[in-house]
Amino acid sequence: MMRDAMKQRLARKTERVLLTLLVLIGAVVVILPFLWLLSSSLKGPREMHSLPPEWIPSPARWENYAEIWKGTGLDRGPLGTTIPLLAAYLNSLFVTLSVMIAQLFTSSAAAFAFARLRFPFRDRLFLGYLATMMIPAQVTIIPVFIVLRTLGWLDSYQALIVPFISSAYGTFLLRQYFLGIPQDLMDAAVLDGCGYWGVFRHVFLPLAKPALATLAVLSFLATWNDFLWPLIVISSPEKMTLPLMLNHFMGQYATDWTRLLPATVVALVPVIIVYLIGQRYITRGFVLSGIKG
Amino acid sequence: MTRAKNGTSRRETIAALAFLSPGLITFSAFILLPVIASFVLSLTRWDLVSPPQFVGLENYVRLLGFHREAGSLVPNDPDFWRTLGNTLFYMLTIPINLILALVVASLLNGRVPAMGLFRTLYFLPVVCTLVAVSILWRWIFNPDYGLLNYLLGLVGIDGPAWLVSRVWAKPAIMMVMLWKGLGYSIVVYLAGLQTVPEELHEAARIDGASAWVRFWRITFPLLAPTHLFLAVIGVIWGFQTFDTVFLMTGGGPAGATEPVLLYLYHHAFKWFDMGYASAIAWILFLLMLAATVVQWRVAGRRARGTAEDAA
Repeated sequence: MMRDAMKQRLARKTERVLLTLLVLIGAVVVILPFLWLLSSSLKGPREMHSLPPEWIPSPARWENYAEIWKGTGLDRGPLGTTIPLLAAYLNSLFVTLSVMIAQLFTSSAAAFAFARLRFPFRDRLFLGYLATMMIPAQVTIIPVFIVLRTLGWLDSYQALIVPFISSAYGTFLLRQYFLGIPQDLMDAAVLDGCGYWGVFRHVFLPLAKPALATLAVLSFLATWNDFLWPLIVISSPEKMTLPLMLNHFMGQYATDWTRLLPATVVALVPVIIVYLIGQRYITRGFVLSGIKG
Repeated sequence: MTRAKNGTSRRETIAALAFLSPGLITFSAFILLPVIASFVLSLTRWDLVSPPQFVGLENYVRLLGFHREAGSLVPNDPDFWRTLGNTLFYMLTIPINLILALVVASLLNGRVPAMGLFRTLYFLPVVCTLVAVSILWRWIFNPDYGLLNYLLGLVGIDGPAWLVSRVWAKPAIMMVMLWKGLGYSIVVYLAGLQTVPEELHEAARIDGASAWVRFWRITFPLLAPTHLFLAVIGVIWGFQTFDTVFLMTGGGPAGATEPVLLYLYHHAFKWFDMGYASAIAWILFLLMLAATVVQWRVAGRRARGTAEDAA
């Protein structure tokens, strides 16, 4: 009896160790490319191509990272910079933050109306909003491109920001969240003489912080990582976002890996920071939304 | 306050309009109207220079039609079918992705320590900028000094010239897709696994069911809504395959890896054949809808029911 119990416990323990080992191997396979990237980005052109790979480069060439911040071939980027990578960083930051703030505002305002105000055709209108979440970008890119071209907005920041001001997903997310806020709170605020704007601003927005955070993080990642749209509307290096600039580098430096790899690392840093900080919100939002990062 | 018959007040309606307008205006301008415009465009021929010309369904005939040539049926636009075939081929990663993700998620959901850390690691590629990631993978696939062929060499395999090989370029791209997409499915499966009641497993264990049997009889069927969700969005994303291929091979060698969305991109933004490109977009959209409906039907009522509850 005792023996059996011990045997079973031992079996459980081995099982546990084996499972952990399997998961660990998988994780190593997933992470290995990142480690190799980090290690290679600190190597000179010769060591970079040596096999078997040296996992910890000695000496580490930190100057690779200084090199990529030198100015080459850029007239005048944002804030007058002539450094392509810095320009791309500033562009990405500006575009991403603008889209994020705009989406937070338009989505929460619309969501408030859909969740808490009564007006004709409300539910049908909301359903229409939802239905468009299904429509893939490829259907709208051509007409939007033509509109921007007519407005003379191609190759400008507007082209990267204005089409993304509203977010059906964000509206949906926040509406669901607002519905969970008790009606009593709204009635009380209205009795206290708060207008609709006051209720929205001082009651609903503060209570919806988790949902707003989810939208903020998802919107940040989607905009920061977007490639297809900037590729279509941006042509001059001064206006390029980071992904576009990396692609530009790929053409320019083809096989100059001592430049390409550190730039890649530097481009990934903000994404990874946002991911680590906002992880909780990301996983929840991603699961709900079915949108890509 | 005056109230209309349906219980809405004018003041409230005006307020609602104010709250809605910023979103609604941009939404109409950049999503709603473009969708309609896109369909209208697909009935025209337009190069952006000369005025658009209404051609009816001509684009669709050119796209989908066949004609007789030397006694056999030939598609009017073989390139469309070829690139569509490539796109469908890439979708073979969906089942592989789902199986791998289910395995990893089940392991993580069991008795593995530091589950949170593992989840973070597996999910990391999902959030990473694709352009950055593809630079990294092009370097890994390099036939002369890449990591992959070095590792293959260790076990005595002479690796191919991945991205420039007609045969191996597609599998290489699919490896990247798998690597990048796996974490997403893992996280969704983990969420699904949370909904499987522990008591069912406990009861089955008491009845003497092995872990293997419990997985197939309890966990797997109860995850039906999750399978459905992942399959549906997998196919929807699959039809939109673009970035990875564009960045890894640019569609080459000799168009061997070109997906249909890249074909659309070429028509629209290289050859400025806006009408034809719009027709491709609509066919893709319809295919996507059809695939979703089919999956929904096939999945059975229970999977659908719970998927609806979840939504």
